Amino acid sequence: MTELILPAVISCIVAFVVVFAMTPPLIKFLEKRNMAVKDMNKKENVMVVRPGGISIIVGIVMSELVLYAFLQLNEILAMLITTTAAFVIGYIDDRKVMGGWFKPVALALAAIPIIALGAYDTDLAFPLFGTVQIPVLYLALIIFMIPITGNTINSIDVLNVVASGFMVIASFSLSICLFIMQNYEIAIVSLPLGFVSLAFYKYHKIPSRIFPGDSGALTLGAMYGSIAIIGGVEIIAAIALLPAVINSFLFLSSVKKIVEHRQIKGKPVEHTNDFRLKATTDKSAPITLVRLILAGGPLSEKQVGFAIFKLTIFSGILAIITAFLMDVIL
Amino acid sequence: MKSSLYGFLFAMWILILLGGGIMVTLLGPFSIQQFGDFNWILASGIKVLIALVLVTIWILILLKLKNWMFKKEIKF
Repeated sequence: MTELILPAVISCIVAFVVVFAMTPPLIKFLEKRNMAVKDMNKKENVMVVRPGGISIIVGIVMSELVLYAFLQLNEILAMLITTTAAFVIGYIDDRKVMGGWFKPVALALAAIPIIALGAYDTDLAFPLFGTVQIPVLYLALIIFMIPITGNTINSIDVLNVVASGFMVIASFSLSICLFIMQNYEIAIVSLPLGFVSLAFYKYHKIPSRIFPGDSGALTLGAMYGSIAIIGGVEIIAAIALLPAVINSFLFLSSVKKIVEHRQIKGKPVEHTNDFRLKATTDKSAPITLVRLILAGGPLSEKQVGFAIFKLTIFSGILAIITAFLMDVIL
Repeated sequence: MKSSLYGFLFAMWILILLGGGIMVTLLGPFSIQQFGDFNWILASGIKVLIALVLVTIWILILLKLKNWMFKKEIKF
């Protein structure tokens, strides 16, 4: 355990410093190239650059390579390849409008390195009841897990600050769970995700100077999903991610098909005169987490963000309780 | 609104714990002996089928729960 402290500290510093230092020049570079979109939740005509996924992936790759130099784990390589592939998929979607099925199918293919490098265990562990061995079913789970976590994070990236803040809470909760379960190596592998998100949060907080874009959101989601698989904490990871899962569940159960947000005609949220967010009564609009939060009345973008963070802290606590319950068998 | 969202989160957590229990109880001891080399393929296929049924039931319960918990809010 003590021999892991040095690689853990170095990789966390690299993850944080790389993203923190690289994002401002990236913002300037993207501004020069006019790669900006309108911030729809601002009264003034504010343009925000994207994709911030570029600094996120550089931070992840550098910090995980540091860890690989120390630990030489196949799991790190598998996670890195899958995460990088997710970044490329997201970057393609940032530059070119792709169909609704592009991301799920491409992300499913991105999960293949985890299988090819054998960085998984076919036992699925549940709290209180023990484990179940499902060799074939587990392969399907890997293929589905990466598209689900990637798109789940992408679908919650609707307001300033939310995606990065959400990932800070969810990923640190997952790291704590891995430490509780004494899976120290993968816990350390998971730490850079939280530090990369924390560094990006600085520039993504309200008012955002940069958006992560699909490349950033898919990178964060795919890395989270990969850690869940290589760490054997799939159920705990799903619990820590519940607010985003609820968002996807509400969206899919109201739209009843896999579509891109831009293909939806009805608006779930509109603005009041003082530019606070307000739920619409449009029956054709999808039900989302933000729309449900706003059902009680209009709120500012910041208030909605903090409501989502409180829900994420709650699900993080449930994930930590679940980690303790893993050792308890009824 | 917010309390019903926390309630829904908590209900999902309980459903995950219960669903896991059912999955371990049903799939854990499941095995097939009489088909030689095909035992594991058949057993895996049946496990996949049972898991899919369980997940479908889980989603249906969640849909009912969502409609019941958010019936006041979802007037859209």
